[in-house]
Amino acid sequence: MLEINNLVKRYGKGAPVLKDLNLSVQGEQLMSIIGSSGAGKSTLLRCINRLVEPTSGTITLNGTEMTTLGAKDLRRARRRVGMVFQSFNLVDRLTVMENVQSGRLGYISTWAAITRRYPAADIERAFELMERVGIAQYANKRADELSGGERQRVGVVRALMQRPEILLADEPTASLDPKTSEQIMSLLRDLANELNLPVIINIHNVTEAKEFSDRIVGMRYGRIIFDDKPAALDAAQMDEIYAGTPSQDRQDMGAVA
Amino acid sequence: MTTPTTWRKPPFIASPVLRWAFYIAVAIYLVGTIGTLPIDWERASEGLTRAGRIFSGAFPPSFARSDLMITGFMESLKIAILATVLGLLLSVPLAFMAARNIAPKPVYFVGRGLFILARSFHPVIVAIIFVKAVGFGPLAGALTLTIYSIGFVAKLLAERIEEIDFGQVEALRSVGAPYLVTMVYAIVPQIMPRLVGLGIYQLDSNLRASAVVGIVGAGGIGSTLANAFGRYDYDFALAITMVIVGAILISEAVSGKIRKNMT
Amino acid sequence: MDWARYTPAQRMKRYGAFFGVALLVTWALGSIDVIWEWVWDAPVQLADLFTRMVPPDPTNLETILWATWETINIATIATMIAVVLSLPVALISAQNTTPNVVCLWIGRFILVSSRSVNTIIWALLFVAIFGPGIIAGIIAIMFRSIGFLGKLLGEAIEEIDHAPVEALQACGASRFRVVLYGIVPQVMPAFFAISILRWDINLRESTVLGLVGAGGIGIILQGAIDTFQWQEVSMVLLTILALVIVGEVIASALRKKLL
Repeated sequence: MLEINNLVKRYGKGAPVLKDLNLSVQGEQLMSIIGSSGAGKSTLLRCINRLVEPTSGTITLNGTEMTTLGAKDLRRARRRVGMVFQSFNLVDRLTVMENVQSGRLGYISTWAAITRRYPAADIERAFELMERVGIAQYANKRADELSGGERQRVGVVRALMQRPEILLADEPTASLDPKTSEQIMSLLRDLANELNLPVIINIHNVTEAKEFSDRIVGMRYGRIIFDDKPAALDAAQMDEIYAGTPSQDRQDMGAVA
Repeated sequence: MTTPTTWRKPPFIASPVLRWAFYIAVAIYLVGTIGTLPIDWERASEGLTRAGRIFSGAFPPSFARSDLMITGFMESLKIAILATVLGLLLSVPLAFMAARNIAPKPVYFVGRGLFILARSFHPVIVAIIFVKAVGFGPLAGALTLTIYSIGFVAKLLAERIEEIDFGQVEALRSVGAPYLVTMVYAIVPQIMPRLVGLGIYQLDSNLRASAVVGIVGAGGIGSTLANAFGRYDYDFALAITMVIVGAILISEAVSGKIRKNMT
Repeated sequence: MDWARYTPAQRMKRYGAFFGVALLVTWALGSIDVIWEWVWDAPVQLADLFTRMVPPDPTNLETILWATWETINIATIATMIAVVLSLPVALISAQNTTPNVVCLWIGRFILVSSRSVNTIIWALLFVAIFGPGIIAGIIAIMFRSIGFLGKLLGEAIEEIDHAPVEALQACGASRFRVVLYGIVPQVMPAFFAISILRWDINLRESTVLGLVGAGGIGIILQGAIDTFQWQEVSMVLLTILALVIVGEVIASALRKKLL
């Protein structure tokens, strides 16, 4: 269970990107966050594993308070959070297997990491997962030889190798064509069910969000302004999320002016 | 089908025979060369005491004879300026000769051969020959650095000529302009910015090189340094080295700045 | 209407630059310490020297080739050691991998001092310390190469794609492993290219070390010049030419093979 309370993120001295945000994730398998660019979706996701340092507020993952961890404990905690990226973020010049095994980097010995002699159990699990997502035949290929959809599958397997307690996906389909994009989305949904793994996805494509999610959160200007089942998302709320300035901020701006 | 539990990274050299042959060859080379290095430990430990003496002799650096240093440095500057200008002037015709798209084949090979020759010899070797031919002093230095400049500038200039826009050449040819006029009006304006840029860069590298060729007697601050070293004036030598390093850093910064402003 | 290629301001700038250069040249020519008779005599002297050099004399070819082999070894060994030593220097002097500001400045200091002092000057120093011979040569080349390799490698590290690094951090990998998996593979091509380039340069530099007593073919060259054996000098020069050209061919072949 993930519990976010009063989360604020401000870059430098500018206006906050996340404004006193509260969010609780439990039970749902797949939750989508929608909102236009700059709404703070990506920052929110990166605050959870502290790739972005929150300004204030608390984030608790299954009892661990993330925001106060020191460097070493943070690394330990990050192993429990898998992440999938928009541009895959693979190491192009390494093989698919090395990329997949880099999800285990926090666990194996330095010597094993240097010599690429991974533990048998890790290799077995890697092949199982790669088989599951259909990339096992590419184990020895370099990551940059694969197509976009295949690369994102590598990214997903890398995250799953961590045996995470939660999976964060930052626009995982935005660099893919529509057909591949659907495949990755259904793969994420199926994996979430199979592994009983909560997944949070930032996504631009509302149709896909409605089709695949159990819950949709709409963000606008660093606040959550919609939070419900996909069926409850109607045209008016869509307009609110993607067009209008939230009423609260309008008042703020009025106060300034 | 069972899931594999082992995985090896595909080796860089696929064939095991070749791979091991390569490893063994490298090992033999290393053992054969490093193993037979004439390391005389006694001499080396003696060297450490000598290093101590050199360094204690070098501190603090002595600027007492700074007039000598300034003269040496100005001479280096003059050598660098003259060599750069002369080198650029000679590079232009040579670059035309060595540009594949305008020079006839035999001329092209002569041009290329000339600057390969100019590039292959380290300036110190060229300097030592010139010192023998024309005597000690800045003349040998200027000649050396002219050759050095040609090797660099002519090569890059020829490459620039090879990528010029040929439309302008054809336009002038079509109005019946004579050959030389064609060259001057169609090509020179296109390579001019490059030539100026190379000139500024080359002035900087000539200044550096002049500190070095001086060591074998070709004038400039290098000669001052070599003399100081020869007379065991390590404090003066350190002062000179510091000035050289400072001058190089300044000249690098200035030349970088000018070239940045130009583009 | 008048047609002008440049605006008046541009034209003034160009004239100004031209005038400045002319002034500099006049100053340099006017005050340089040369005997002008010698200058006019120089072509004759050079031609004379050249006639004394032909034909090259191959009697000492065996010694020359042995010295050439030594030259290659100086360049190769020094490059290998310098490559290894430059890795940590590159890591601490790149903005994105340096552990802290103190290390950054130490790294930069090593790079600048190594790069600003020429190989020959390093060689002068090490000959004074270790005595004449190949060891002084290897150490001199090494000292100069560390700065070159470290600077270019550090720049390559600064230019890497940060995205995979972020992904590895998100996996909870330690700093060292992030470098190992996220940065090392990315800079590998640059690493090879830079090392090969420096080897090629070092091959040239090794040919002159002997002139200050630091081993290699330069010693034979110096000896032949000092004893006025010009035909042997030309033989050595031809060997150096061949060495440098072969080195360049090998370097470009390696580059093609590895990249």
